[in-house]
Amino acid sequence: MPLRLNARHLARTLAATAAITGLVATAACGSRAGEETAAAESCVDTSGDTVKVGALNSLSGTMAISETTVRDAITLAVDEINAAGGVQGKEIEIVAEDGASEPTVFAEKAEKLIREDCVAAVFGGWTSASRKAMLPVFEDNDSLLYYPVQYEGLEASENIFYTGATTNQQIIPALDYLAETGVKSIYLVGSDYVFPRTANAIINAYAEAHGIEVLGEDYVTLGSTEFSTIVNQVKAADADAVFNTLNGDSNVAFFREYANVGLTAEEMPVMSVSIAEEEVGGIGVENIEGQLAAWNYYQTVDSPANTAFVEAFKAAYGADRVTSDPMEAAYNSVYLWAATVEKAGSFAVADVQAAADGVSFDSPEGTVVIDGENHHVTKTARIGRIDADGLLYTVWESDGPIDPDPFLDGYDWAADLAVTE
Amino acid sequence: MDLLVGQLFTGLSTGSILLLAALGLSLTFGQMGVVNMAHGEFIMAGCYTAYVVQQAVGDAGVSLLIALPAGFLVGGAMGLVLEALLLRRLYHRPLDTLLVTFGVGLILQQAARDVFGAPAVNVSVPEFLRGGVDLLGVTVPKTRLFIMALAVVSVAAVALVLRFTPAGRRIRAVVGNRDLAETAGISSRTVDAATFFIGSGLAGVAGVALTLIGSTSPTTGQSYLVDAFLVVVAGGLGRIKGAVVAAVALGAMQAVFETYSTASLAKVGVFIVIVVFLQLRPQGLFTLRTRSLA
Repeated sequence: MPLRLNARHLARTLAATAAITGLVATAACGSRAGEETAAAESCVDTSGDTVKVGALNSLSGTMAISETTVRDAITLAVDEINAAGGVQGKEIEIVAEDGASEPTVFAEKAEKLIREDCVAAVFGGWTSASRKAMLPVFEDNDSLLYYPVQYEGLEASENIFYTGATTNQQIIPALDYLAETGVKSIYLVGSDYVFPRTANAIINAYAEAHGIEVLGEDYVTLGSTEFSTIVNQVKAADADAVFNTLNGDSNVAFFREYANVGLTAEEMPVMSVSIAEEEVGGIGVENIEGQLAAWNYYQTVDSPANTAFVEAFKAAYGADRVTSDPMEAAYNSVYLWAATVEKAGSFAVADVQAAADGVSFDSPEGTVVIDGENHHVTKTARIGRIDADGLLYTVWESDGPIDPDPFLDGYDWAADLAVTE
Repeated sequence: MDLLVGQLFTGLSTGSILLLAALGLSLTFGQMGVVNMAHGEFIMAGCYTAYVVQQAVGDAGVSLLIALPAGFLVGGAMGLVLEALLLRRLYHRPLDTLLVTFGVGLILQQAARDVFGAPAVNVSVPEFLRGGVDLLGVTVPKTRLFIMALAVVSVAAVALVLRFTPAGRRIRAVVGNRDLAETAGISSRTVDAATFFIGSGLAGVAGVALTLIGSTSPTTGQSYLVDAFLVVVAGGLGRIKGAVVAAVALGAMQAVFETYSTASLAKVGVFIVIVVFLQLRPQGLFTLRTRSLA
């Protein structure tokens, strides 16, 4: 006779499962803290013909949807550099690991890459949670992480190079653009985690200083697909524009609902900061055509470097593949690391850090230059419009590359926001 | 006023989505007591069935009509295989079942990622379901009306099958008292397999319908799983009626809470209400009186 499970049993079992997961996570943290004293002795061996680097991206779990494409871009850059003779005459060898969309796994694998595989640098990470989990590992072991995704700023570690945009290279230009086009009121919709919360805090401060009215601010849990209420509220609020910081699959449900209640890009445009070429396909072009996005790179950017990048990428991974901002930033990060090593004449972390300031790369988005102070790079901001072919086309771009300002020190209205460390 | 009417409708609509996702589970979990953590992946299989059919057929309208029964068969077949290979051996071990089906769910997710790729795929909505209809001054998306209708049809079909067909009678007999049913000559193995087939098939149908409003990616099913369990638990095990009432009630609560706070807080509110409710009434809304000795 089958044992019957009642509601209490189920609840208890689920609670137990959660407790065990928690214990494992705590244990993982605990063991890391214990090893700190033994750290800092680098085991990187560069005496041979090859040099090892780590690629740490989620190939499974919810983030695999985005991070596998970043892995492809990293691999492409490494292959190209090797074909051109390598770094310091040495061939780059990738040690690949799967972060499995779990911050604790990222921290664990980062430790493994540094201590067991003895890699000279690691490329990867996507969510801020994964970066925050890896940060102490790289600092304790004095190793290097190249992080390729736009993020919420307010961070600058000696051991991390940030090749994606910080807020003053993406969100603030997006707001400038909206203000320029006459937007007087906005509605904020985002996923409930650190990036949208921080982004919206910045947007609120900006709006107050620039006379824009914020008519509503809504968050949904990550992965949520229920947007009926929010879209009804957005419609009732009748704002001039919507600022969208939703992440991942939620965008699909949001834009379908948005189109279905009759809202269009003409009457209430949506400015998104997490939708790139890869995501448009999943949402369906018919649901999102005409909407806006803010990034630093689009596949359609017109430059010789980009033409070469797109051609090489399609040749390596298939003609139906598209290139996106985080992929380009990851591709750049490998080249920037290689250029810094060449300039330093050494793979040692301290030498790379010392040589980093002013290192530049003629990237697909334009020339990017490392800022030695905060380890971010200069980036050109671009507002893109999603077209019927599923690609984004630049409708506005900043006057040249914008210097990174992760703590927003250069903006008076942001004085209360940025807690300078 | 418009917002209120809109929210009323939203509650019903959210409820019908919950119901569609939970209906299959109310059979496999509610009737059979199997905690199937892979139920979400059966929904995901339904989503990809809709995608594959649409790639093959082309026309979104025709493919939707083909995909609904196809989704039922795909989900059902996967359920049958799971039941025959694994669950059958674990009927006396509910906790092992939970872990095994969770593992199967992970395997199915990774399989979907390997076959269809990690990025979400797009299933186009048929022309006749695009846009909205104006009801009492509120624009109601046609896709949501379709899902409500499908939920009603599915519930009616399950209720009719359970009540009036010989197979349905046998399922009810086994749920009521397995030993007595076996004594009366009913093969409880066959009945278990049939119940699991129907329950998993309904998950497939739900998946096909959910492509109309949500995304189709390897992790799609997960977002519906917890809500589906909530509906079945709150509604009371073994009762389709309970699932219907619980789904609509949860949908309405979510919609109302969300109007006055944020979506995340609304979710917390719904959970608190359910926890308090289950403390007062651990058996759920409706209980099944069985003649079983267990």
